Amino acid sequence: MSLLEIQNLDLSIGSARILKDVSLSIDKGEIVAITGESGSGKSMTAMAVMQLLPDAAHLSGAVQLAGRDLLSLDEDTLCTLRGNEVGMVFQEPMTALNPVKTIGAQVAETILIHSDTPKAEAMQQAADMLARVGLPADRFPLSRYPHELSGGQRQRVVIALAIAQRPKLLIADEPTTALDVTTQAQILDLLKELVSEFGMGLMMITHDLAVVSDMADRIVVMRHGEVVEQGETRALFRDMKHPYTRALFEASGHQVDLPALPDGPDPVLQVTGAVRDYALPRTRLFAPRQFHRAVNDVSFTIHHGERVGLVGESGCGKSTLTRAILGLEGLQGGSITAFGKPVSPAMNPALRSGLQVVFQDPYGSFNPRHKVARIITEPFHLLPNPPSGADRDARIAQALTDVGLTAADADKYIHEFSGGQRQRIAIARALIINPELIIFDEAVSALDVSIRAQILDLIADLSRKHSLSYLFISHDLSVVRSITDRVLVMKSGQIVEQGVTEDVFANPQHAYTKTLIAAAPVLPDISHLKENAHV
Amino acid sequence: MLRYSLKRLLSLVISLAVASLVIFAVIEVAPGDPASFMLGINAQPDTVAALRAELGLDMSKPQRYVAWVTGMLSGDFGTSYTYRTPVAQMIADRMWISLPLAIYALTLSTLIAFPAGIYAASRRGKGGDVAVMGATQLGIAVPNFWFAMMLVLIFAINLRWFSAGGFPGWDKGFWLSMKALTLPAISLALPQSAILARVMRSSLLDILGEDFMRTARAKGLTRRQALWRHGLRNALIPVLTIIGLQFSFLLAGGIIIEQVFFLPGLGRLIFQAISARDLIVVESVVMLLVFSVILVNFLVDLAYAAVDPRLRSRT
Repeated sequence: MSLLEIQNLDLSIGSARILKDVSLSIDKGEIVAITGESGSGKSMTAMAVMQLLPDAAHLSGAVQLAGRDLLSLDEDTLCTLRGNEVGMVFQEPMTALNPVKTIGAQVAETILIHSDTPKAEAMQQAADMLARVGLPADRFPLSRYPHELSGGQRQRVVIALAIAQRPKLLIADEPTTALDVTTQAQILDLLKELVSEFGMGLMMITHDLAVVSDMADRIVVMRHGEVVEQGETRALFRDMKHPYTRALFEASGHQVDLPALPDGPDPVLQVTGAVRDYALPRTRLFAPRQFHRAVNDVSFTIHHGERVGLVGESGCGKSTLTRAILGLEGLQGGSITAFGKPVSPAMNPALRSGLQVVFQDPYGSFNPRHKVARIITEPFHLLPNPPSGADRDARIAQALTDVGLTAADADKYIHEFSGGQRQRIAIARALIINPELIIFDEAVSALDVSIRAQILDLIADLSRKHSLSYLFISHDLSVVRSITDRVLVMKSGQIVEQGVTEDVFANPQHAYTKTLIAAAPVLPDISHLKENAHV
Repeated sequence: MLRYSLKRLLSLVISLAVASLVIFAVIEVAPGDPASFMLGINAQPDTVAALRAELGLDMSKPQRYVAWVTGMLSGDFGTSYTYRTPVAQMIADRMWISLPLAIYALTLSTLIAFPAGIYAASRRGKGGDVAVMGATQLGIAVPNFWFAMMLVLIFAINLRWFSAGGFPGWDKGFWLSMKALTLPAISLALPQSAILARVMRSSLLDILGEDFMRTARAKGLTRRQALWRHGLRNALIPVLTIIGLQFSFLLAGGIIIEQVFFLPGLGRLIFQAISARDLIVVESVVMLLVFSVILVNFLVDLAYAAVDPRLRSRT
């Protein structure tokens, strides 16, 4: 008898069928990864185990935890199981904790509601548990509030409160997706240790095959609410019986066919000794102002047709640098020139029209009340004589077909498109005035792997067609590796290493680059797995 | 927390100083000479001049400003031009009605709004929610003086439980006075509680959708426990803002209700003072109201910090 046994689980919410005939099991001490793209039903499977579904949800089948059928239990009994027998860790550590309660109180609460432990005793246990997850009380007192901790530290608190009662099963729903690679590696290690130390079963939900490939004992691949394939990790990667599993694997490690670098030494963008300071709040009324140097003496050049990557963890100054390059914020030192002219917040529209940007969030970066035609023609206001009439329509149609949409899409509203299509629209908006340089700011980070692969191919195609120059900013090293010619590694406001992408990845020089590359999860080498299988 | 409070206190003092300057300037530019107004059109010029000297109107503007402010600081608000009585005394008399009335009304409003808002939020979309929302819609739409008249009609004229208006004075007994303030307080409180209940509901609903509420449920808290332990305090922040605004409004904005119930409150005083061009009274009452608004904002700021630790550490 497995610890968790899900049999023929069907879930519908209203008329929508969310899960179809899902069966899987998790043993004590076993790590089972559920993977799939958004809408595959992986999170809903977790919520069905927690029995925290919307009121309109209708379930059939069986979910058995240590022999008890969860579907037949009443709400009061379920409350005694949640947090006690099943713990859960969520994706967003920034918002998963109550901002007005101390971390000690939040961890101790799990203990207090499930046992008669006196409060002082519960606080002591909470302190022990926080110390176990890497937050010792001498450096992280229980009286800290969540906003005083970093994302990785908050995720440790969430883990501590989930395992405070030493549950039999821990469910982790994309626990590291919102974290930096080095933090991600630490959290994954912590989860692995806890599983073996407490003998818990771990249901690990993630969209990232690379994350689970060296961690999970078994992998369950889901699509459209169904389990398409499951098996022992190495065997699954070796065989990949279902075409969807293969597609997912191929998309995760997608290599784009980047055209050769056009020769032409003319620099498009030159950043020389750029410095960007932020004033910190005064500590005392007449104390001298303190500054935070977000970008510190950064210099690099992007030549015509060159594709440059910029990698670094959150807070390293990537976004600040982007805003300075776009001329949205001024510099405190050094200079940025585009096509030989200085970039600043006061620069003229003609110069601005040469620099366009594609942002990360395909949902938030458009006005939902405007039609696509209006959205993508927004950069036209930078031109002295914006095209009108048939010329304008032709430009719109051209931009949309360039990014793989149709001219008819111009009359639609943004909610009619999927996330991937929206990102195509964002690219069309950047392309429509033929900019010299496009900045992709985490432009594929919010997309599913298969969509991400398509967008990366699109960028490579456009690069071939228009000999685009771009700066590709990302925290995802594998993406940067496949889509850029040259890469800059940024840490604490400084470029610590730069060079030809392949060289930097194959032979990193700076210690930080080495750490980053070592921490980045990698997909298993299938040919290697196959060879080993024959031995 | 101490540093935060001191900073808020400093901003309170600065706001008061600026407000006093603005009020003084506005009243100064208002046309009409109080002395000639008081003595009528047939007054002799030297009589007017004598009165101006007596009232201090012959001093330079800066001198008068300083005299006004220092006077207020020592509790001397000057003498009313029309009634020839100390303004401080007039305001104090009215304050003893308006302040208890505002506190009474605000207490009622909060007592009605909190349970109603929490109830509606916890039954979102169900019958109870729809009923509460319908009632609040009505509460906002119907003017409070109409409520007041209906209350008088039912409880004073038909049932004879309350008197239809007037105020006996606190020296006649606490409960008697509270009784006289009950109908006015209810009519002031009803529309306010309707607004407050809606704010409470929507703020709670926002919080119920937050990730940390899901974390609370995953810990094993029941829906109700999660709402009380994690939801309410977070939902309180916008509600406190509205309560602060409502108190300021209730203190001076009750003029129509004061008229309906024949209550000699601050609202009526300022109305009479303006009609009589009694500038010194207007100045003082307005300054007092500004002070109360700023003070309430200060208290709301402190309440924010008590509720939300993120504000405490931000210095």
